[in-house]
Amino acid sequence: MVLQILFLIIAAAAIALFSLNVRKIIRNINLGRPLDRSDRPSERLAIMLKVAFGQSKMAKRPVAFVLHLFVYIGFVIINLEVLEIIIDGLFGTHRIFAEPLGGLYNVLIASFEVLATLVLIGVIVFFARRNIVHIKRFSGTEMGTWPRSDANIILIVEVLLMSAFLTMNAADYKLQQLGTLHYISAGSFPVSSFLVPLLPDSETALIAIERSCWWFHIIGIFAFLNYLPYSKHFHIILAFPNTYFSNLKPKGEFTNMASVSNEVKAMLDPTYTPEPVPEGGRFGAKDIGDLSWKNLMDAYTCTECGRCTSVCPANITGKLLSPRKIMMDTRDRMEEMGKNIDKHGKDHQDGKFLLDSYISREEIWACTTCNACTDACPVNIDPLSIIVELRRFAVMEESQAPASINAMFGNVENNGAPWKYAAVDRLNWVEND
Amino acid sequence: MDKLTVPTMAELAAKGESPEILFWVGCAGSFDERAQKITRDICKILQHVGIKFAVLGTEESCTGDPAKRAGNEFLFQMQAMSNIQVLDGYNIKKIVTGCPHCFNTLRNEYPGLGGNYEVIHHSQLIQQLIDESKLKAEGGESFKGKKITFHDPCYLGRANNVYEAPRKALEILDADLVEMKRCKSNGLCCGAGGAQMFKEPEKGKKDINIERIDEALALNPNIVASSCPFCMTMLSDGVKNYNKEQEVKVLDIAEITARANGL
Ligand code: HEM
Ligand code: HEM
Ligand code: SF4
Ligand code: SF4
Repeated sequence: MVLQILFLIIAAAAIALFSLNVRKIIRNINLGRPLDRSDRPSERLAIMLKVAFGQSKMAKRPVAFVLHLFVYIGFVIINLEVLEIIIDGLFGTHRIFAEPLGGLYNVLIASFEVLATLVLIGVIVFFARRNIVHIKRFSGTEMGTWPRSDANIILIVEVLLMSAFLTMNAADYKLQQLGTLHYISAGSFPVSSFLVPLLPDSETALIAIERSCWWFHIIGIFAFLNYLPYSKHFHIILAFPNTYFSNLKPKGEFTNMASVSNEVKAMLDPTYTPEPVPEGGRFGAKDIGDLSWKNLMDAYTCTECGRCTSVCPANITGKLLSPRKIMMDTRDRMEEMGKNIDKHGKDHQDGKFLLDSYISREEIWACTTCNACTDACPVNIDPLSIIVELRRFAVMEESQAPASINAMFGNVENNGAPWKYAAVDRLNWVEND
Repeated sequence: MDKLTVPTMAELAAKGESPEILFWVGCAGSFDERAQKITRDICKILQHVGIKFAVLGTEESCTGDPAKRAGNEFLFQMQAMSNIQVLDGYNIKKIVTGCPHCFNTLRNEYPGLGGNYEVIHHSQLIQQLIDESKLKAEGGESFKGKKITFHDPCYLGRANNVYEAPRKALEILDADLVEMKRCKSNGLCCGAGGAQMFKEPEKGKKDINIERIDEALALNPNIVASSCPFCMTMLSDGVKNYNKEQEVKVLDIAEITARANGL
């Protein structure tokens, strides 16, 4: 009874804390500008099912794909068990579904064990790839101490969770064989049965092991749940909405800024009366509030996998620009602004901005707008649109473009071509044969 | 081949005529000496198959693409809106471009500003003509057995998902087509996009066009093909960097098609 109440308290606290964190994240995402992504719902659903649920863009890298698939399927299917555990925890029952499900229950438990083993393998290989083989994708200037530890913490916690799960089942199985009261004969244990010889023979010791693994696992899970909002691991939730709200337009199409259209129309036609524009504030982006909410959701979804950076022509040739860094900087700055709001209220200025305090000019001007990053991202993140918004701010609010870019603007404006050629010479190519 | 005649929209309009298609030449195609050859070859193909076309000539102006990619939305929209006035003034319905950047901008970004046209890139036109058997590879230079690799321009490929059209023009040549490892949606940029063409690269350990041409040259090709005047500049510079201009030619899809047909 005491344990049941304890379970209830821990569960309630974990869920309350988690929802508090989630509300903060939603608030932070809403710091962004409005953007309408409510159109074409069936197409969006199809993309979500294919890219997030179906993991379609992961397949380009087969090793990571298979390893991740173990963890992903393991997680999704094993968590169907959650219901049972919650019920067992609350009502002090044991394997409550065993009786109603009959033979199916054994199949389920057996498959959970196999999956847990695959998860274990996947996670251990992931760990080795990061820490022993040192896959290039996982390094780079932005992969400092915290992002590396973040990845390793998740992986270690999952090893512990899976090991605890298997040990728990082994102890349970042995108890079942000993005919211990309460441990009804249920489940089938293709993997954990191999662990049985390693366990002690004393009934009390076995019960202690079984119970502590159970508690370790469930507390581990609650801890994990509350670790998510601070981690790149938040992608396990956000991958789904983020792909749902993907950009459906051709990748080459950049947004036409409505605020600019008004001014340009008024310049070309003095009788034109401007339409009201929803997006207020500055042209382009200097800080979090100037980006769209989708840019911000992107930042929370980033898995820091580095697929974008590994295909970026600027990064490949040694430039400072790394699209993954753009996303991580955006998230870090957004978290910082969130903390500022918590501490000092809504309108607090800390003298820092996304541009310059986090992302440098050298980075934004190195981008070729080639869209390799957006194409590579397995969760449909768009680093390019953030880069373009920062350029827009630099150019339209500050007139701070590199000198040769300003010269190009001057040529377009004066001669209708980016080079210094006279417009009257535009047809000379016919004669140059 | 008859002498190349290139009517302008103003001339056609004066005669009360209208073309089937407007050829949007673009700034590089108009002014860059190397790209001018491609422009003329596109006209030769149009003339060869008997499509009635016209160009805007001195009435054409930059689409605004480099300004937009560099963040100057004002300049872009100024260019776009005055171009739309010109195009609508001639009641243009269909446009073929010689440049993927013009193609992308006219096709995707002009509709939102009121300019609605059917826009195709010249590789798509060539593909259509081949599909309709109006264009073959005969009567000209033979490419049989030549090793050709195609470099995907970002604004044709990833930006607009046009991967097959330019390859179609190469498939009819009976040549030895080879792909680079980074091709189609994995294609590596030549380094010119996003207004990089107009500035020095940031400091790094290599230029992007060298990284790209290294990959192409590793295949030992006779021809590196592309279909963008900016890629043309970057790739040609890359080949020059290794003094390989004699062994390796960088050619546009339109040039290859024109040569194969003796135009
Ligand atoms: C819902 C359950 C999911 C679980 C339990 C899960 C689990 C994991 C784990 C453990 C890692 C860490 C691997 C490492 O850092 O070495 C990881 C990374 C990653 N996940 Fe997930 N994930 C889930 C969903 C998704 C979805 C829906 C996607 C979208 C396609 C996705 C894409 C990624 C990517 C791209 C990485 C980066 C690691 C790499 O590529 O090597 N995940 N995930
Ligand atoms: C959002 C975070 C997660 C939540 C809320 C969650 C929830 C749960 C719960 C409540 C259980 C039952 C506890 C127990 O068996 O003692 C469970 C079991 C399990 N979870 Fe998760 N889990 C999460 C993350 C993960 C991750 C990342 C993995 C590894 C990929 C994982 C793998 C498992 C496994 C193998 C079991 C054992 C199933 C069983 O006991 O029969 N879980 N999960
Ligand atoms: S669009 Fe820019 S950031 Fe993205 S891969 Fe290309 S050069 Fe890199
Ligand atoms: S933006 Fe996408 S591709 Fe890049 S690190 Fe994040 S999840 Fe990976």
